Amino acid sequence: MASFEQAASLAARVAVDGVKEQFSPQERMEAVWQMEEEELLYLPKPDTIRTKLLHMCRENKAAAVSGLVLAVMAFAIIFADKLTVYDPNGVNLMERLLPPSAAHWCGTDELGRDIFTRILYGGRVSLLVGVIPTAISMAIGIVLGMVSGYIRQMEAVIMRLADIVLAFPSIVLAMVVMYTLGATTTNIFIALSMIGWAKTARVVRSQTLSIREQEFVEAAKGMGVGKWTIMFRHILPNCLPSLIVLFTLNIPDAILSEANLSFLGVGTQPPDSSWGLMVSQARTFAQSSPWMLIFPSLAILIMVLALNFLGDGLRDVMDPHGR
Amino acid sequence: MLKYITKRIAVTVPVLIGVVFLIFVMLSVVPGDPLTVMMGEKVKVDVIERLSESMHLNDPWYVRFGWYLWDALHGDFGTSYKLSRSVSSLIANAFPKTLMLAVTAAALSWVIGIPAGIVSAIRKNSLADHLFMGFALCGVSIPAFSVGMILQNVFNGILPVSGFSSPKHLILPAVVLGWNAAGTIARLTRSSLLEVLEDDYIRTARAKGLAPVSVILGHALKNSLLPVITMMAIQVSSLLSGAVITETLFSIPGVGRLAVDAINSRDMPLLQGTVIFTTVVIIGGNLAADLLYSVVDPRIRVEGGK
Repeated sequence: MASFEQAASLAARVAVDGVKEQFSPQERMEAVWQMEEEELLYLPKPDTIRTKLLHMCRENKAAAVSGLVLAVMAFAIIFADKLTVYDPNGVNLMERLLPPSAAHWCGTDELGRDIFTRILYGGRVSLLVGVIPTAISMAIGIVLGMVSGYIRQMEAVIMRLADIVLAFPSIVLAMVVMYTLGATTTNIFIALSMIGWAKTARVVRSQTLSIREQEFVEAAKGMGVGKWTIMFRHILPNCLPSLIVLFTLNIPDAILSEANLSFLGVGTQPPDSSWGLMVSQARTFAQSSPWMLIFPSLAILIMVLALNFLGDGLRDVMDPHGR
Repeated sequence: MLKYITKRIAVTVPVLIGVVFLIFVMLSVVPGDPLTVMMGEKVKVDVIERLSESMHLNDPWYVRFGWYLWDALHGDFGTSYKLSRSVSSLIANAFPKTLMLAVTAAALSWVIGIPAGIVSAIRKNSLADHLFMGFALCGVSIPAFSVGMILQNVFNGILPVSGFSSPKHLILPAVVLGWNAAGTIARLTRSSLLEVLEDDYIRTARAKGLAPVSVILGHALKNSLLPVITMMAIQVSSLLSGAVITETLFSIPGVGRLAVDAINSRDMPLLQGTVIFTTVVIIGGNLAADLLYSVVDPRIRVEGGK
């Protein structure tokens, strides 16, 4: 009996072991066809997103640690007011430009404001700018990408529009949008969303093109399901793994774009603060007070690195062929 | 081949017009009267009328767009409000500096990135691999101006940290700009080489007893560099736009700096001209890259030319 189970689980592994790609799809299908009915019971279920995540945490330590680092950073940023006694905009000229100490972990700036506190509060802007425009731009990109992949008449218009947006160097286009709209945090969201959708639309379109040819879409069509239901019920869930990866890798882009805009003076405006703005404000004092420059730079580096590691790890388990 | 080139160019032209149109519309809705920006509040009415007429300011926007497109095709991007010089001559003056910076940074990123990627792929998961890849990932994860400011402070007094008067002035900006590019190139070279090394013909080459060095340099590298070449061309675009930051930080009077100055002084024709110029250069670069790629990899023009 034991040998039967072994044989069955071996057959099952041959059949569904898609992650390791040891067998071709053809070989896997043949293995399933040759199985007896009771053997099929031993077939492992196809991987869900949750099992894929667990797999990643076991196999890819860098990605797991990055996830943890991000969780800690997000926690610290959200509960900033509980974690520090200082006011982020509290000017204290007696304590200006102090080096790091027990009282001021990351030192103070030219107005005596505690830099650690400002990093926590500035992280709110950086985190929001990372997440909100990415979410908006991806929502736009998903709809336009699916429509252009599924409804042929729309394809040319949407994709030419995407070509135009992608033709611009993104920082230059963002600069012009910010110049036109005026420099406020809300407008950073709008500018980055206007630019970011094109990349998502391309990815979703190419996935839609391949998914729409599959049998289950044919079946749904045959049963008279409408095209919007097919798009959102049948095609979208199948794009989800690569969209999760794309989301993780788009956030650091947005964070760096905001930093660049703030450096150029068309991003976050004082007295509000973001990590990018803190770095660029440190310019005058960097020689004598390097902590003003180093700690906000480190904050950006750690967050973006962690997101990149996590994104790479997610891609390995979710979307092994995508790049 | 000719068919492929014509097709690629035909696709590019509408994108170009779209780009100019988008920029024109966006900058036309900016509040503020250009004549006030140009001459201040105290101007005589007849002067305003004369200038409005000559600058087509009384025409509807689509007529102005037509005029702008027509002039731009003749190399005339208007006159800068603040500097009172033609935008084309300002750009012509600034572009060589931007180009020099971008080319130096690109060369630097190739010289460092490609060998680093090759070593990482051959010695996968070794210490060298982890070091190179960590370095590469840091390069794409930190804002260029952070790196630039840190370098400016470390090398203050050793190397020139701002301005543009000698080749030495290029070193720091090129390092700042090139690090990011080198990171991307190194990561791509590594993954592409690793993929090629799995191929059958590599196994054949190894099986027939070829030295590992010539398997990699003679057989694998050639094919694995195909995507790298595309990336190199795309990077010239990101280097040119990245130059906006680097030029501002290092006070290099290039096109990017011109655009930032135009924003700060609300100089619309200058901003319009620099943005359109940069974008057109980049589109041209991408087109050239596509054509180059189809020369290197004939499969593209067979499949893409249909």
